[in-house]
Amino acid sequence: MESIISIKALSKRYQGGFEALRHIDLEIRRGEILALLGPNGAGKTTLISIVCGIVNATEGEVTVDGHDIVRDYRAARSLIGLVPQELTTDAFETVHSAVSFSRGLFGKPANPAHIEKVLRSLSLWEKRNNRIMTLSGGMKRRLLIAKALSHEPRVLFLDEPTAGVDVELRRDMWQLVRGLQADGVTVILTTHYIEEAEEMADRIGVINRGEIILVEEKTKLMQKLGKKQLTIQLQAPIETVPASLAGLGLDRSPDGETLTYTYDAAHEQPGIGDLLNKLNNAGIGFKDVHTTQSSLEDIFVSLVKDTR
Amino acid sequence: MNIHAIRAIYRFEMHRAWRTLTQSIISPVISTSLYFVVFGAAIGARIPEIDGVSYGSFIVPGLIMLSLLTQSISNASFGIYFPRFTGTIYEVLSAPISYLEVVISYVGAAATKSLILGVIILATAGMFVPLRIEHPLWMVLFLILTSITFSLLGFIIGIWADGFEKLQLVPMLIVTPLTFLGGSFYSINMLPPFWQKVTLLNPVVYLVSGFRWSFYGIADVSPALSLAMTLFFLAVCVAIVGWIFRTGYRLKA
Ligand SMILES: Nc1ncnc2c1ncn2[C@@H]1O[C@H](COP(=O)(O)OP(=O)(O)OP(=O)(O)O)[C@@H](O)[C@H]1O
Ligand SMILES: [Mg+2]
Repeated sequence: MESIISIKALSKRYQGGFEALRHIDLEIRRGEILALLGPNGAGKTTLISIVCGIVNATEGEVTVDGHDIVRDYRAARSLIGLVPQELTTDAFETVHSAVSFSRGLFGKPANPAHIEKVLRSLSLWEKRNNRIMTLSGGMKRRLLIAKALSHEPRVLFLDEPTAGVDVELRRDMWQLVRGLQADGVTVILTTHYIEEAEEMADRIGVINRGEIILVEEKTKLMQKLGKKQLTIQLQAPIETVPASLAGLGLDRSPDGETLTYTYDAAHEQPGIGDLLNKLNNAGIGFKDVHTTQSSLEDIFVSLVKDTR
Repeated sequence: MNIHAIRAIYRFEMHRAWRTLTQSIISPVISTSLYFVVFGAAIGARIPEIDGVSYGSFIVPGLIMLSLLTQSISNASFGIYFPRFTGTIYEVLSAPISYLEVVISYVGAAATKSLILGVIILATAGMFVPLRIEHPLWMVLFLILTSITFSLLGFIIGIWADGFEKLQLVPMLIVTPLTFLGGSFYSINMLPPFWQKVTLLNPVVYLVSGFRWSFYGIADVSPALSLAMTLFFLAVCVAIVGWIFRTGYRLKA
């Protein structure tokens, strides 16, 4: 698939020598929702800041829709909207004037109808004449989103958009992001809520210590790395796993009441039916069986732990 | 040219001045009026005319310069420092706007405010003492050049500063003393010969002298030299701003 942002061999060394990014290569596809996951200090914000022109890269190249972010910064930046991680807003301006200001800053002529649409979609229209300092934290977050959308960007960066946002609003925000995607906007979001990535993203990238350790389609990722577990509740506790079942990797719980069988989702393997037959043959009766699939969260934790 | 962006920032800055009207306009007007009451009327009546100009009138150009310098610097430095301090500068940095455009909008707004202030103080002065402007075009030129130059200086200070104290430091410790010692309240010819020479190292002397010349046709140094020095400071400030933006100094990590 065609990529809209292309990051090549990008490195960032901050003053003082700290290497925040090491040789990042990343292609972001047109129209996708990409979730960037990574522990605190991994380099997510640094990466976004470089693409948006807030931080200078030490090495490497970035193009946005074919425009180099340094040589052709005007064309590149006018395609991008950024919602920063920190709640940085003016205090005394009104909501409406702040959003109009952003549109002008990005070189677009005034368009009150668009501003109204954006404010309404973020439930800020009623607050349009309020000063920013009178808004709540969640409203300020939405204001930042409104500012980023004011100039109709083709690429939207959301740096932890749902931090400090209540559950209902978070769902509204997801809805909004899906709507943007339907309009062809590419969305890159960072989050520490893994269920958010699981819910929203088409692809997932994991950054740790300045390196991209994985970029994968969400569904493939979950298939590839997701472990499935079959839990079997026995009718009567057993002392040991019978010899006929040894070598299958069955785990007996300490109380002997359940057996668990862990298998890879990728290889729909040594049939569960087979296993259950073997249990029957061994004369082990069971009350209940259920399977669980490891969540993205488990996958993420194990990935990051491996590289620590 | 991203005209929309220039307009957006310029408006934003002007709006800020309007919101803080007392601080940006009224307080300089009041303090200048106090100078007139004290130096013009109370003390000035006992000071002889200087080159045929009453003392009260003599100090008008210097007083305007004093306000122009301090206000240009504080306006422009605050205008750029505050977004750096709160973090809202991210938006300007991420916008499709060139550094030249950033300077035009921030410095343009600060210089506009100084100009307006200068005119208001001039009008205020006219209520206290008789005024005469022999070279109005030159006066306007000096007014504009000085506003721009010192707004640029303020912009530089606003980028260099990493705390509110530093923002105050340069205006308080350098600019105000230089202005007071730069012939705002006296003709440097009144000084002993040695100090006259030393005073010529003070850049403000040239600004005040040229500006006063445009009023009364009297000058400590030749008006051409004043103009040349003003343009020189302007060029120095432009060069520093250019360097700041080439390197991203204190703006980008
Ligand atoms: N201006 C800076 N100067 C020096 N080091 C910095 C600067 N900004 C960030 N860093 C360092 O770079 C690393 C990456 O920071 P970054 O903000 O990109 O992390 P992040 O992945 O966004 O983390 P979080 O999830 O906490 O937001 C951190 O170790 C941080 O301390
Ligand atoms: Mg971050």
